[in-house]
Amino acid sequence: MAAKEHVPDSGLDAGMLRTPPVIAPGHTFNSVTNTISAVVLTKRTTIGWFFGFAVAFALLMLMNFTIGKLLLTGIGIWGNNVPVGWAFDIINFVWWIGIGHAGTLISAILLLFRQQWRTSINRFAEAMTLFAVACAAMFPLLHTGRPWLAIYWLFPYPNTMGLWPQFRSPLIWDVFAVSTYGTVSALFWFTGLVPDLATLRDKATSKVSRTIFGILSLGWRGSARHWQRYEMSYLLLAGISTPLVLSVHSVVSFDFAVSVLPGWHATIFPPYYVAGAIYSGFAMVMTLAVPLRKYYGLEDFITMRHIHNMTKVMLATGMIVAYGYANEAFFAWYSANPYEGYMMLNRMTGPYAVFYWSLIAINAAMIQLFWFRKVRDNVTLLFILSLFVNLGMWLERFIIIVTSLHRDFLPSSWDMYYPTRWDFAMFAGTIGLFFSLFFLFVRFLPAIAIFEMRTIVPEAKLKEHHG
Amino acid sequence: MAHEQHTPALHGIMAEFDTPTALVEATTRARLHGFRNMDAYTPIPIEELNEALGLRRTRLPRLVLLGGILGGLGGFGLEYWASTMAYPMNVGGRPLNSWPHFIPVMFETTVLGAALTCFVGMWALNKLPQPYHPVFNVPAFDRASTDRFFLCIEATDPRFDAATTRAFLQTLHPVGVSDVAP
Repeated sequence: MAAKEHVPDSGLDAGMLRTPPVIAPGHTFNSVTNTISAVVLTKRTTIGWFFGFAVAFALLMLMNFTIGKLLLTGIGIWGNNVPVGWAFDIINFVWWIGIGHAGTLISAILLLFRQQWRTSINRFAEAMTLFAVACAAMFPLLHTGRPWLAIYWLFPYPNTMGLWPQFRSPLIWDVFAVSTYGTVSALFWFTGLVPDLATLRDKATSKVSRTIFGILSLGWRGSARHWQRYEMSYLLLAGISTPLVLSVHSVVSFDFAVSVLPGWHATIFPPYYVAGAIYSGFAMVMTLAVPLRKYYGLEDFITMRHIHNMTKVMLATGMIVAYGYANEAFFAWYSANPYEGYMMLNRMTGPYAVFYWSLIAINAAMIQLFWFRKVRDNVTLLFILSLFVNLGMWLERFIIIVTSLHRDFLPSSWDMYYPTRWDFAMFAGTIGLFFSLFFLFVRFLPAIAIFEMRTIVPEAKLKEHHG
Repeated sequence: MAHEQHTPALHGIMAEFDTPTALVEATTRARLHGFRNMDAYTPIPIEELNEALGLRRTRLPRLVLLGGILGGLGGFGLEYWASTMAYPMNVGGRPLNSWPHFIPVMFETTVLGAALTCFVGMWALNKLPQPYHPVFNVPAFDRASTDRFFLCIEATDPRFDAATTRAFLQTLHPVGVSDVAP
């Protein structure tokens, strides 16, 4: 009898083990609020934080130095040449913008789909989006060489030359898409922060932090009338951001797809780019989440459920990306177009073949590991694999951009592209910018949305009232 | 009435509760009791309060729709004007008003118009930022952003009378009741 009774019980336990909870049991309004706000308000800043910030800040200074050198000398310090006129600038631009996409997916699309697990990762993923867009914007701006002169063909404003931007160009679409994306992400992020800033204002003990958080929280007092409009605006912003995020990487892919170069002129580009963006973005969220939850003791909030789900999203979008590679290869053959065929042959066997096969090894082969539960449970391994995914997606952009450009239609204009140390300095510099901002963010702002976490503790549930 | 002259002017009287359920019940009862000028303060959004307080639906969605439409029309207007009037240029023999090319920018300005309206509109309708509000005078109100739930019946309510309102709030089993200095 007893054994029989235990069978469904143990089955239930196994089921519960299969899907870990989105928040560890036993949490209350107070414990959630205190744990997250303590990172900002009371915990001592660790040596590890200072060390990490110092490394990131040093790289940021390298970026500033590189920009100074670039503005004084010109973009000749880069390896760009004719025919590879777009090199690290567009590779890194697309890479960074893509990383940003996961933040919006988590904060907007998963909100619309009522995915509760988004709650504890949306805040820092949105911050990641903002910082990634900032890094991305560096490249096209600096590629102009003299950014202060470039404004008139990027933005429509009445200038003394009477010139207006060319609205038929995908590059102008890109300017609008990325600047809108950056703006909307910032609005969304700040809107989400306000109630938490009010919490920090009320919890802060020092006068300085009370004043700063007081100003930033706009006098938020949690009024029911305010919450009603607030929730509506949050939902509306999510609804607005959803088509926006899909449009941004589609527009980025138009930069290529609208041209006539083999390897670029393909209708699969927009969906393939969007999938790649989400894939690389989730890899970056993983890269950030694993140390964040470990070093700040946030394992109760960023649980194995989040880790599992992020891995599954990476697997799904990674497979779409792999399908994109297969599709490219298939159409290179099926189109019977000699230029397309040569492009594919050159990718597979040409001078950059090692990068092509590395990206296939990562984005098509390595991600198959995510099918295994053992892998999904191993956080350290996932962290390492997520770094590889970031690398793989960077290689994908390198391959798409460089192999199509360096062998164009006229063999007389063929050339090789080699990045210079300044290219690498600039790239490393934006990584420094990204991590400097991220380190400051986790130190001075709540990295997890406190009020949203409060809504998922058991206390928040209204009890049935009689009558 | 004469009795009210003696008491110092108040913003209202505030009751503190420790669960969302208690607050929603108290609010419903206060409304049934005839109070209208009141507000609840909570650390989390509670949908049931909208009904309990008798809040009307916000007009934010209509504003956002309008913002989006204006953004889209503005974007297209800019493109049309720049490409056909201000700086007409023949690009590969396309018509000057090659509207299919204008869709991506128009889409982005639609989104931008809607999002900016949503952001500015929400804060404006909420009358925030607001540097001062009387509810912050209540010492216990510090916990309104963590784990406590407040109901404030305001002095502007026609049925408000400091003594009876205080007594009424006491009947709702609050954790505490305090006067809110203006």
